[in-house]
Amino acid sequence: MKATKLLATAALWALCSTAAFADTTIEFIQWWEPEMPAGALRGIMDDFEKANPGIKVTLVSGPYATTRDQIVVGAASGTLSDVVGLDGAWVNGLAKQGAIASMDPLMANAKYDAGQIADIVKVDGNSVMFPLASFVYPVFVNLDLAKAAGVDKIPGTRTEFADAAKKMTDAARNQYGWVLPLSLQNPGGIQNDVMSWTWASGGSMLKDGKPDLENESVVGTLEYIKSLHDAGVISPGIFAKKEQDKVEEFVNGRVGMMVDSLAHINLIRERNPKLNFGIAALPAVDGYTGKRGLPYASWGIGISEGSKHKEEAWKLVEYLMSPDVNGRLVSIANAFPGNVNAKPDFSTSDPLFEEAFAIFQSGHLANEFVGLPVAEELMRQMGIEVQKMFDGSETAKEAAANAQKQWLTKF
Amino acid sequence: MSSVVQGLAVQPAKKRSSGLLTYRTRKRLVPYFYIAPATLLFSVLMLFPMIMVFRYSLMDGAIMKKDAAFVGFQNYLTIFRDAIFWQAFGQTLYFTVMSVVFHFLIGLAFALLLNTQRIDPAVRSLLRVLYILPWLFTAVIIAIIWRLLLDPNGVVNSVLMALHIVDFKVEWFSSTATALHALTFANIWAGYPLYMVSLLAGLQGISKELYEAAGIDGANELQKFWYITIPQLMPIIISIALLDFIWTMQVFPLVWMTTGGGPIYSTEVLSTYTYKLAFSQYEFSLASASAIIILVISMSVTYFYIKHQKGR
Repeated sequence: MKATKLLATAALWALCSTAAFADTTIEFIQWWEPEMPAGALRGIMDDFEKANPGIKVTLVSGPYATTRDQIVVGAASGTLSDVVGLDGAWVNGLAKQGAIASMDPLMANAKYDAGQIADIVKVDGNSVMFPLASFVYPVFVNLDLAKAAGVDKIPGTRTEFADAAKKMTDAARNQYGWVLPLSLQNPGGIQNDVMSWTWASGGSMLKDGKPDLENESVVGTLEYIKSLHDAGVISPGIFAKKEQDKVEEFVNGRVGMMVDSLAHINLIRERNPKLNFGIAALPAVDGYTGKRGLPYASWGIGISEGSKHKEEAWKLVEYLMSPDVNGRLVSIANAFPGNVNAKPDFSTSDPLFEEAFAIFQSGHLANEFVGLPVAEELMRQMGIEVQKMFDGSETAKEAAANAQKQWLTKF
Repeated sequence: MSSVVQGLAVQPAKKRSSGLLTYRTRKRLVPYFYIAPATLLFSVLMLFPMIMVFRYSLMDGAIMKKDAAFVGFQNYLTIFRDAIFWQAFGQTLYFTVMSVVFHFLIGLAFALLLNTQRIDPAVRSLLRVLYILPWLFTAVIIAIIWRLLLDPNGVVNSVLMALHIVDFKVEWFSSTATALHALTFANIWAGYPLYMVSLLAGLQGISKELYEAAGIDGANELQKFWYITIPQLMPIIISIALLDFIWTMQVFPLVWMTTGGGPIYSTEVLSTYTYKLAFSQYEFSLASASAIIILVISMSVTYFYIKHQKGR
């Protein structure tokens, strides 16, 4: 009897283990899981596993900075996960290093319609990243503070913005019109809060893929933010301020306006439910009538060059980029879709998302740092020059020229 | 492990010549078996990474290039030619020396206070807990505390303005004139308890007879402090100061989380300089060279520490 039981157990184990060995397990490293409601991303992975029997997905999740370091180390040691969550700022370095694969052959094999992807990030002509979800950066305006200051219209031009910022500023009450984070620890402020002004007015910091910082639109932007600084409308402590400090000051009603990610709407509501605020596209130079460039950050996705399961990894990428799943994912993440056919459901979201979606559709996504070599370092170098400009040791033109010189060495 | 050693040590006489090794050789090997686990761990966790980093520092584009070439000491020359490196070096030295000196002064003052019999024991116990608090916080917490306190709209400015010491909001971490001093101050606050605890233990070990004898000889309190307390504490002071120098020179999280090396380069220290080379510029060879330079400086201080320990 005992022998029969043992035999049956052994047979069952053998059967199970055979089934387990038949599965292909792929790793997916990203920083998104902690930023989504608990279990949301795992739920999508479970559905993927059901739709693709034989493929299991292991999520490797962590905060943004930790994930970035893990990816850098993984790329260096050849142990990068099969599917990789990417930020546009890292893509160039990883692609040049040969750590992330071109998805062109995989798309060709699958006869994939690339036309449905909103934006494909290419390095040296190879498609290495799809932005899966985009978080645009509009201007947030504290409507109560604006009303009290006599600002009755959300600013649409730079002049209107400067006027509104001046009216909202009351230094004696620790109240300022605008907040600008320029900490060098995370120099993202250069992308989101400084260069975004250039893109909003149809300007560019690049020419034929090379730095072009001395052009009128970039120098004009620097002169404009310097004029805001000189007018005393920016909240003090600029050089040590980080993005979270910016949001904190807005939440506390200490600043009237900020350029920030839509992803923070829920956070702001949670922290200060009474705060009455609105959003608008970033102001453009007076008289500009073209489409507004909308700065954005994205959750990008790519495949590791060293992956032994590229076919399976592609299946996951394809699944996440499909209209239904993409729409579902961005609805949970409060982002805009990477697939042009995806229809996000904002019925349960904050009403401002619908408004933001209209801004998104009337403008175009603009972030020229995506895909640039050592993008974070470029931001840091420019951040240092902007700090020097604010400190009075450089003019806007000199700051642009010095940053241009340093940038050229990286291209 | 112990059974292996035991087995080696109690081999019967008739089997002594059997096997590959003689009994005497095996007996000689016993101590090496004892140190083998520690040696293995040291080799895998410390020696191997150090050798790897040194190797990277001699290559061009280590990690990033598949065909990274050997370039000798070129990366070291590049680092030494960089003005920012020397600025970071000078600032690291200022940050470290000021921290060590003030850690010692504050630590000694509090240790003397906690050692005196003139304060009620209950109050002393309470003070002991309060004074040691900064040591219990992690670097992240310390950075957050000081960022909030030294914010232009923070408590420090409010107090200073209320007392009419300053008449404007000082941007402590955000001004090139004050950032390094503010950072050093935060580090001093975070690190003095180590000295306090060690010196307090040292003070409690000094024989009272020495003070009594000095009193009979007519020595005043200052003379007792200078000729008895300080010489008696000197071995502890030197040991901790050397260790503190090595640790402080490598401080990274506090600098990174408060200023990130800015504004401009005003708080750039060797650790942030190296980090940026590696994880912002992806120049791993240059970062390795910079790391080896920090290692050499640390080891030179370690040499004095070991020499001092041997001297004792």
